[in-house]
Amino acid sequence: MQRGFLNQLNSSTLKPGETQLKIDDVQLNFGGVTALLDVSLEVRQSEILAIIGPNGAGKTSLLNCISGLYRPQHGRITYYNGEAHELTRLKPHQIARLGIARSFQNIELFRHMTVLDNLLAGAHIHMKTNLLSCLLYWGPAQREHLQYRRFVEDIIDLLEIEAIRYNTVGSLSYGLQKRVEMGRALAMRPSILLLDEPMAGMNAEEKEDMARFILDITEEHGVTIVLIEHDMGVIMDISDRIAVLNFGQKIAEGTPDEIRQNPLVIEAYLGEETSVFPFKFHPKTETSD
Amino acid sequence: MDSGIFHTTYEKDMALRRTPAQKVRLVLLIAFLLVFPFLANRYYLTLANQVAIAVIGAVGLNILTGYTGQISLGQGGFMAVGAYSAGILTARLGMPWWGSTIAACFITALIGTFFGIPSLRLKGLYLAIATLAAQEIIIWVVTHWRALTGGVDALVVPDPVSFGIRINSDFNFYWVAWSIVGIVTIAAVNLFRTPYGRAFIAIRDQDIAASVMGVDLFKYKLLAFAISSFLVGLAGALTAHYRNIVTWERFTIDISVLYLAMIIIGGLGSITGSYLGATFITLLPAVLTNLGRALKSTFPAIDSVLPFIQQATFGLVIILFLIFEPEGLNKIWKNIKDYFRLWPFSY
Ligand SMILES: Nc1ncnc2c1ncn2[C@@H]1O[C@H](COP(=O)(O)OP(=O)(O)O)[C@@H](O)[C@H]1O
Ligand SMILES: [Mg+2]
Repeated sequence: MQRGFLNQLNSSTLKPGETQLKIDDVQLNFGGVTALLDVSLEVRQSEILAIIGPNGAGKTSLLNCISGLYRPQHGRITYYNGEAHELTRLKPHQIARLGIARSFQNIELFRHMTVLDNLLAGAHIHMKTNLLSCLLYWGPAQREHLQYRRFVEDIIDLLEIEAIRYNTVGSLSYGLQKRVEMGRALAMRPSILLLDEPMAGMNAEEKEDMARFILDITEEHGVTIVLIEHDMGVIMDISDRIAVLNFGQKIAEGTPDEIRQNPLVIEAYLGEETSVFPFKFHPKTETSD
Repeated sequence: MDSGIFHTTYEKDMALRRTPAQKVRLVLLIAFLLVFPFLANRYYLTLANQVAIAVIGAVGLNILTGYTGQISLGQGGFMAVGAYSAGILTARLGMPWWGSTIAACFITALIGTFFGIPSLRLKGLYLAIATLAAQEIIIWVVTHWRALTGGVDALVVPDPVSFGIRINSDFNFYWVAWSIVGIVTIAAVNLFRTPYGRAFIAIRDQDIAASVMGVDLFKYKLLAFAISSFLVGLAGALTAHYRNIVTWERFTIDISVLYLAMIIIGGLGSITGSYLGATFITLLPAVLTNLGRALKSTFPAIDSVLPFIQQATFGLVIILFLIFEPEGLNKIWKNIKDYFRLWPFSY
C-alpha cells in the first residue's frame, strides 16, 4: 500500500498555473559589477521552472534576491498567496514564513546536527510552543515535537534517507547531503522551493534519483519548483518552462522545445558548434560562496 | 497503517534515547551526589559548592558560546550583575534570598540581552571585543556607583535563612546548589531538543541557512544572550548568598577567561562538557595547592616561587589540553565510553 502523507507538504492556496511570483525589472549591482539587469520573470503555481545560463550569469543572485539575502537596487519581486507581498522589503526569515524555501549551491546544512534535527529545524516556522513549555518539555512541547517528528518521517520516506536518520550530516557523502538539504527545505512545507544546483557534482544514478524526487514533489504535492541546473539532459526532461540568463540578462524563456530552437540561446552557449544537443555547461568548482 | 504504532515508536525515539549504560551512569552520579555530603568534610563540601556554581555558570556560557556560536568575554560582568543584584536586594531591601536570586536572574537576563545587541552586526572576535566592553563597563559601573553597590568596598549580604535554617552553611548550601544544578540541567537538555535550542545551533552552524529557514537571527541571538545571562546571573546570585559578601574583584575579566576555558576544555556545545570543564577548572587549583604544600614540606626552598609554579602549571595544563584534545574533556569521556562499549561484559 502506498503510504499517504500525514501532513501536506505544500502550504500554497493557489490553483496550478496561477501566478505565484512576479519578478519585475530587477537590477542588482555589486559595486561596478551588474549581476542582474532588468530581469523579469513569472513563476506559476505547481510548475518546474528551470533557470539556466553559464557561470556568473546571475542565477544564484536571482534566487538570493527572492529569498531576501540580496536587496536589488531596482525592481520588484511580488509574491502572491491570496494577497500580494513585496519581497524586496522583507527580511529572509519573513520571506521564509511566507512559504519560500530553498537549498544552496554550496551545501549549507547544519553540520553538527543529525539528519533528523536538520529536518526538524526546517520545520521551524511551524513550531509554536512557547519557551517555558519547551524548557519543561511538557504537554504542548512534547505533542508538537511528536507531531513534527512524524511529519519529517514522511520526508525521510519520500527522499529515501531512512538509513541515515540519526547520522550527523557532516559525515554524509556529498550526494546525500544535497538530498538532506532538499529535505530540510521541504520540511518548511513550502509553496515555492528554490533549488540551486541540486545535482551538481552527482553521478548519473544520484542525478536520476534527485530528478525523480523533484518530480514527485511537484506532481504529488503540487510544490512549485525553481531550479538552477547545468545538466541539460535533466533540465529538458523535467522542466515545464526554462528561463535563460546570460550576463545578468534574461535572453530567453519558454518550453524546453522553444529553448532548444531559440537562436539566441544557441548563439550564447554554442558559439561555433552546430549540434545543439547534448551540450554541457561547466559547473563552478570552487566551494566558497 | 496503524498510527498507534507510530505514536509509540516516535515517543520512544524522542525520549532522550538513553542507553542502559547511560541510565546506569546517571543513577550512579545521582547516588554519588546524594551520599557525598555525608562523607565529605567541610573542605570538600566547599569545593563541591564551588563546582555547583561553576557548572551553572558554565552551562549558561555554553548555551551562548558553545551552542549559539556567540563568543562572550562578558561572563564575569554578568556574574557581577547577578551577585550585586541579589546582594543589594537582600541587604538593602530585605528581600528573602530566594526572591533576590530569582530577581537577579531576570535583571541579568535583561542586561545581558542589552549587551547582546551588537551580536546582530558583529561576529567572532569582533563580538568578543564588544562583550569585553560589556565586561569593563559593568565593572566600572559597579566600582563607581558607590551609592548603589558600595563601590570598591565589599557588599555584605545577610545570611540566607529559610524556615529558620541558615541556607549557606556548607552542608545546607550543597543541597540548594545541587538541586538547582539538577533543574538547570533538565531545562538545558530540554532546550536543545525543542525548536529554540535547534534554532540556536542552526545559527551557530550556518546563520544564513537558518535565516532562510525562518529563524529571526536578531530575536534568537538576543534570546540566547537572555537565557545564558539568566543562568550566569543565577551563578552570581548564588555566589553572593553563599559567601555573604560581594566584591568586584571576584568578577573581573579573569573570570570571563576562566569560564571560557571551562567550556573549551569541557567541550563546546555540550552539557556534559560544561559539567566536566567546570569541575576540572574549579578543582585544578585546589589540587595544585595541595601538591604545592606537599612539595614545600620536601623542598622548603621553593616556597617563594610556588604560586608562580602553580599559575604556570594551570596555564600549561590548559594549553596541553587544547593541543592534544581540542574537542575537550567531553571527547575524552566519549572515548572512554566507547572503549568500555567494546568490552565483552559491558552492560
Ligand atoms: N556577494 C557578491 N559580491 C560581489 N559580487 C557578487 C556577489 N554575488 C555574486 N556576485 C557577482 O554577480 C555575478 C553573478 O553571480 P552568480 O549569481 O553567483 O552567478 P551564477 O549563479 O549564475 O553562476 C558574478 O559576476 C558574481 O561575481
Ligand atoms: Mg550559482
